[in-house]
Amino acid sequence: MSDNAGIKILICQGTGGISAGAKQVEAEFTRLIAEKGIVAQVGKRCDVVKTGCRGLCANDVLVDVITPELGRITYDFVVPEDVAAILDQHIVNNEVIEKKKAKAYYNTFVDQQMRVVMTGCGQIDPERLDAYLEEDGFKAIEKCVKEMKPAEVIDEVKKSGLRGRGGGGFPTGMKWSFCAASPGNHKYLICNADEGDPGAFMDRSILEGDPYCVIEGMMIAAYAIGCDAGYVYVRAEYPLAIDRLQKALDTCYEKGYLGKNIQGWGFDFDMRIKKGAGAFVCGEETALMASIEGERGMPRPRPPFPAVKGLWGFPTNINNVETFANVRHIINKGSAWYASLGTDTTKGTKIFAVTGKVKHTGLVEVPAGMSVRDVIYQVCGGIANNRKFKAVQAGGPSGGCIPAEVLDTPVDYDSLIKAGAMMGSGGLVVMDETTCMVDVARFFLSFTKMESCGKCVPCRIGLKAMLDILERITEGRGEMADIDTLLEMGATIKKASLCGLGQTAPNPILSTVKYFRHEYEAHIQDKRCPSNSCKELLLWQVVPEKCVKCGACLRACPSNAIKWEKGEVAELIKENCTKCKSCYDACRFMAIE
Amino acid sequence: MSNAPAEEIPAEEIDLTEANEIIDKYLTLPGNLMPVLQGIQDAYGFVPKPTIDLVAERLNVYPSQIYGVLTFYAQFHLKPRGKFIIRVCVGTACHVQGAERITETFFGRLGIGHAETTEDLRYTFEKVACLGACGMAPLAMVNDDTYGKMTVQKVDEIIETYNARPMK
Ligand SMILES: Cc1cc2nc3c(=O)[nH]c(=O)nc-3n(C[C@H](O)[C@H](O)[C@H](O)COP(=O)(O)O)c2cc1C
Ligand code: SF4
Ligand code: SF4
Ligand code: SF4
Ligand code: FES
Repeated sequence: MSDNAGIKILICQGTGGISAGAKQVEAEFTRLIAEKGIVAQVGKRCDVVKTGCRGLCANDVLVDVITPELGRITYDFVVPEDVAAILDQHIVNNEVIEKKKAKAYYNTFVDQQMRVVMTGCGQIDPERLDAYLEEDGFKAIEKCVKEMKPAEVIDEVKKSGLRGRGGGGFPTGMKWSFCAASPGNHKYLICNADEGDPGAFMDRSILEGDPYCVIEGMMIAAYAIGCDAGYVYVRAEYPLAIDRLQKALDTCYEKGYLGKNIQGWGFDFDMRIKKGAGAFVCGEETALMASIEGERGMPRPRPPFPAVKGLWGFPTNINNVETFANVRHIINKGSAWYASLGTDTTKGTKIFAVTGKVKHTGLVEVPAGMSVRDVIYQVCGGIANNRKFKAVQAGGPSGGCIPAEVLDTPVDYDSLIKAGAMMGSGGLVVMDETTCMVDVARFFLSFTKMESCGKCVPCRIGLKAMLDILERITEGRGEMADIDTLLEMGATIKKASLCGLGQTAPNPILSTVKYFRHEYEAHIQDKRCPSNSCKELLLWQVVPEKCVKCGACLRACPSNAIKWEKGEVAELIKENCTKCKSCYDACRFMAIE
Repeated sequence: MSNAPAEEIPAEEIDLTEANEIIDKYLTLPGNLMPVLQGIQDAYGFVPKPTIDLVAERLNVYPSQIYGVLTFYAQFHLKPRGKFIIRVCVGTACHVQGAERITETFFGRLGIGHAETTEDLRYTFEKVACLGACGMAPLAMVNDDTYGKMTVQKVDEIIETYNARPMK
């Protein structure tokens, strides 16, 4: 923040913040600042700034107050009723409200990260162009257009070592050079903001929190490659991201940052949004282009590659949101600086969406190469409810599960693949001892089966057949031979499918069999689910030796199926029980099975 | 989610003015089929049969191609939908936090399953792949209102709230 003279009140308004009531909090601040004449009382400007996501949505509404006297203080779980106190005590009397202040873990969460791509997210008002310009916005594209040849821009990106953040990790500079080398004056640039991976939400947060940085990244790519038109393909489930990006585009056109002869620099670029319509496979490049053309979003074989023959037959370059968001920092700070971050093969930072059974679920940006263990235990506070860590699922439906033994794997493209998972778009779903790995494999398969476009037989029929087997196993009707069948079918589907969906869909099964074969065997041989998760195999009883008589199960049960008195062991009445598992999750002592 | 079966609905009288306006807006845009259908879906709440014929005629595409698109994408609907659209996220994070019991409780309370609408057109229920707010898992949405950290008890509270809302 450059402006230290005034007071800033930053209110988090990502999707998380808004659903926690940020709008009401903002309204209350604005109302009371005017009503109490705060500006006159303290003799300073007092700006209320709405920002994008800070990363710790679970603690929303987050409010940062920045004053010259006290510096920056974060309050969490703010509700409109707290606003008057913050104004009176903190802003007028310069006294921090200790009991509303975010606890130490919030600082740990923030301090352990390294924010490059997300510098603007949570700091600036995503709907104000001026806020972006104050943070050196559009300086990078200006430098490119005025001081660099397109080939030099590509070279700079190559030297930085940036690899695509959309999953495959293909070197970005190299990809750009392919498309730049294609003949023709009319080329397309596409930003892939489909973000179909369940469990990942970084692209959404960047678009919501700092849409201009994606636009600038695309402008730089367009200049480097020689594209004159671009699309951002955003999934329709992200209304706020679409809205903020559209506002940013409108402002850019109005202020001459998009269109013909941008800022008089002699460079043209047009951009528009294309809304997705809810199909995971549309994240695949060729399917995405078919979808923009108004067809069913089905992948097609390559070659021809998009760089040669893409959207409407023209050379096309596709990158992910986070990839584009990296670019301006490379130009501003230089490829050498960027290449100094991260590991040998993965440069820069990576944003992870850490969710599941972890204490502080959130969006974290760390230098590539930090270990998975540190991301979970240092940044995100470890496992919730004092339970035992079992596995972390990395890379979405195409990824795999990493067990405790390999938790020290560094988060970079190659190490994760070696461990049997992959970076994917950066979703990390943490699982504890209550999560059944066979069920997790079943879950991912039912997802990929549903989302298969149906074009090729191994993917369409094979996934269904594998899912049937997994369902049988979770219901206690599996056979030992099933495990080998799964492995064999998995290998075939990976080889014989046309697109990345089919080629990776068996990964969750292969990795869980590799690391958790014993859980498969327990389901098949003992008709038992070791994590007490598969319904058909549950006994539904309280284990008296484990029960500490806390009563948490009673409060969780919606069906009057728990009998509990203070100081007594709980009892489960089977007739009333709907097997909803609320009690099982509520019991911190694993006393229900 | 995608690949929902196509369903025939009886032809009916509807006002096509709005559909025509939407088509006018996108007429010259390349790749206009999807935005037109998305506009119609937004305006009518679903894609009525007469609008499909209209789009086919005015954009000069086969109705079969339009049906191909409509049935491919999860977002399009060929039947009228409820006033309150209940969507429960069944993405990975929500799944491990117990999304299944939330969906099943809704099924039980409303008497409808995935992608179905109650007869009084009050509720439509949908499982969705990921709403991208995994930090608040398990997650449910009713129209534009988000409900994070869902529990089975909250399901009943939500249904009570929306049962009390007027239909008009
Ligand atoms: C089934 C499938 C789904 C995909 N979904 C996405 C997605 O949601 N977002 C994304 O950026 N890339 C996705 N990809 C990868 C893209 O096809 C493409 O590789 C990527 O957008 C390239 O950008 P990058 O080089 O910046 O990583 C998907 C790939 C497959 C096979
Ligand atoms: S692998 Fe699956 S999703 Fe990909 S083209 Fe084949 S059928 Fe479609
Ligand atoms: S929650 Fe667990 S420990 Fe507590 S009373 Fe119920 S069964 Fe016993
Ligand atoms: S499974 Fe659900 S219904 Fe059965 S006892 Fe537990 S909380 Fe009650
Ligand atoms: S929206 Fe507030 S921290 Fe994510």
